[in-house]
Amino acid sequence: MTTARWEPDATGHFGPFGGQFVPETLMPALGELEEAFEKARHDAAFTTALAELWHTYSGRPTPLTPARRLSAYAGGAQIYLKREDLNHTGAHKINNTLGQALLAQRLGKKRLIAETGAGQHGVATATAAALFGMECTVYMGELDMARQALNVFRMRLLGAEVVAVKSGSRTLKDAINEAIRDWVTNVRNTHYCMGSVVGPHPYPLMVREFQSVIGKETKAQCLETCGRLPDALVACVGGGSNAIGLFHPFLSDESVRIFGVEAGGKGLATGQHAASIGAGRPGVLHGAYSYLLQDPDGQILPTHSVSAGLDYPGVGPEHAYLHSVGRVTYTAVTDDEALAAFRLLARTEGIIPALESAHAVAHAVRLAREMGPGGIVVVGLSGRGDKDVAEVAALDANVGVSHDS
Amino acid sequence: MQTWVLAMTANRLELVMQRLKQEHRPGLIAYITAGDPDLDTSLAMAQKLAAAGADVIELGLPFSDPLADGPVLQAAAQRALEAGVTTQGVLQMARRLQASQSATGGVPVALLTYYNPVYQQGLENFCRQAADCGIDALVVPDLSFEETGPLRATLDRYGLLLVDFIAPTTPPARQRLIAAGARGFIYCVAVTGVTGARTKLWPGLPDFIRGIRAYTDVPLAVGFGISGPDAAREVSRFADAVIVGSALVERAHAAGPHAFEAAAEFVASIRRALDG
Repeated sequence: MTTARWEPDATGHFGPFGGQFVPETLMPALGELEEAFEKARHDAAFTTALAELWHTYSGRPTPLTPARRLSAYAGGAQIYLKREDLNHTGAHKINNTLGQALLAQRLGKKRLIAETGAGQHGVATATAAALFGMECTVYMGELDMARQALNVFRMRLLGAEVVAVKSGSRTLKDAINEAIRDWVTNVRNTHYCMGSVVGPHPYPLMVREFQSVIGKETKAQCLETCGRLPDALVACVGGGSNAIGLFHPFLSDESVRIFGVEAGGKGLATGQHAASIGAGRPGVLHGAYSYLLQDPDGQILPTHSVSAGLDYPGVGPEHAYLHSVGRVTYTAVTDDEALAAFRLLARTEGIIPALESAHAVAHAVRLAREMGPGGIVVVGLSGRGDKDVAEVAALDANVGVSHDS
Repeated sequence: MQTWVLAMTANRLELVMQRLKQEHRPGLIAYITAGDPDLDTSLAMAQKLAAAGADVIELGLPFSDPLADGPVLQAAAQRALEAGVTTQGVLQMARRLQASQSATGGVPVALLTYYNPVYQQGLENFCRQAADCGIDALVVPDLSFEETGPLRATLDRYGLLLVDFIAPTTPPARQRLIAAGARGFIYCVAVTGVTGARTKLWPGLPDFIRGIRAYTDVPLAVGFGISGPDAAREVSRFADAVIVGSALVERAHAAGPHAFEAAAEFVASIRRALDG
């Protein structure tokens, strides 16, 4: 299925991207984690236990839903939705946190820490910690805590401590800095449960492997339902974990076109966006070499997106590589286009998507229209939008949108 | 021309550290964040710290995301960036510092920064400029030993050093590996954690340092968590040098208009404790 071409080298480089750029204090822990992960992924006891958790706890496999009315609206190819929103806790994040918690248990670590942007990864980590009887601390930017108050409450209900991060831009990137600082300090008893395919090796590889269940299921479901592979895949990319999870099992299937959608914010020309590949250049942040939004001196720039989960100035190193070799096409969708897609999916399919996922929906509609009838487009619907309704209602109140029409 | 001469002879920082070791005098490395609150103040501060007995000035080039730093140095970096400090500004400040110290052959300067600001200038360009500005070594806390190759090779061509780190979590075999190629001094991390003064030294510190000593004659400098003269004196019993950062930056910042006096007096008190 996958070939060596898509695997990182022994020190975690995808082409030139990735690597391990962390303080010396963490290097032994990364080595230990890598060794444990390599052992676990080839150990039937581990993979069976994880598959069991995915099935009995999170509700996998998630369906591949034909979006008939959305497709009719687009007037072209048939759009299917890979329903990660139907996972326990409402997003794909749980695929990864169950895997990492199981691994942490093997490592004898009794405490999980995590960063979170929109709060979905924080909730998924707090959930896994509760399930495994572990302590849990989640770092969240102060601004994001205000935007996603409901998820803060959910994490606390689940027994996690939520720490407000007040440094820097007070969003996801600063939450990662603070989680790394905690890990540097408590590395002996703590596992850092990173939520995306970012950070130092082995995180990008490990999180991809845990999320690849999305693409593996999609492939089997599409073959069964349509009798063939899809023509195109579309997923949103912040750090890029749901996208790589959907894409990876298809990388060697050359007939499948693959699209990653970054947060275009108020438009790439305004500078107020989070499109690291679309408008950034390579550099080192949070332990890896990848595309970053930065000034000429290499200082990381503030980002903007209506969706907290995409509001990050970097991107996973494997995405940087897939961009550099041209296997995946990266594009951007603006806040306004994402908000329109958010409403469109709600009204045509009865599904309220996460604002992150709405970016993918917006591009899928464009693509389906271009492709015309007979085509098959699969959209990674990474999460549900319940967490976003208050934010959208507030935006609507500002611009006077009415929902009564 | 100056760069060329430097490249042909031993490195200034390495010479000073070796001489201190031969004379059995504990070394004192004093850290300040360049541009906090502005570059002219940092320049004057570096001059005063050298006069007060610092053997090496460790100059921080601020980065927006300093993940190895505790609250004090994070805040210092943020103040400097908000004041508009740039990489060029910091390099030129180092040049002015060395010009002011030319009578004594200059003061050893180690530039501490994260990898991205270095990388974005282009390694070749950055190293050439650093050499031109009288910088002797680079300290890059987020550059793991495995990723040092390209930067170390480039620095080498300009006669500059890359300072290696060993942490309490570094296993013995890896300590030996890192120590084998180290030059100037080894930055021995005194705590499992980020930068910032601690009330007490880690009890395992003496054994940790003696363990590294078994692998190398390169001077061993202890940093992270050194709170003042007492901790410095204690560390000098088993290590070759102490690095004082957060405690110094915090004191200077808190002293406001009296920052120079407060910082110089603090460094002088550590000097006395080390020499006494």
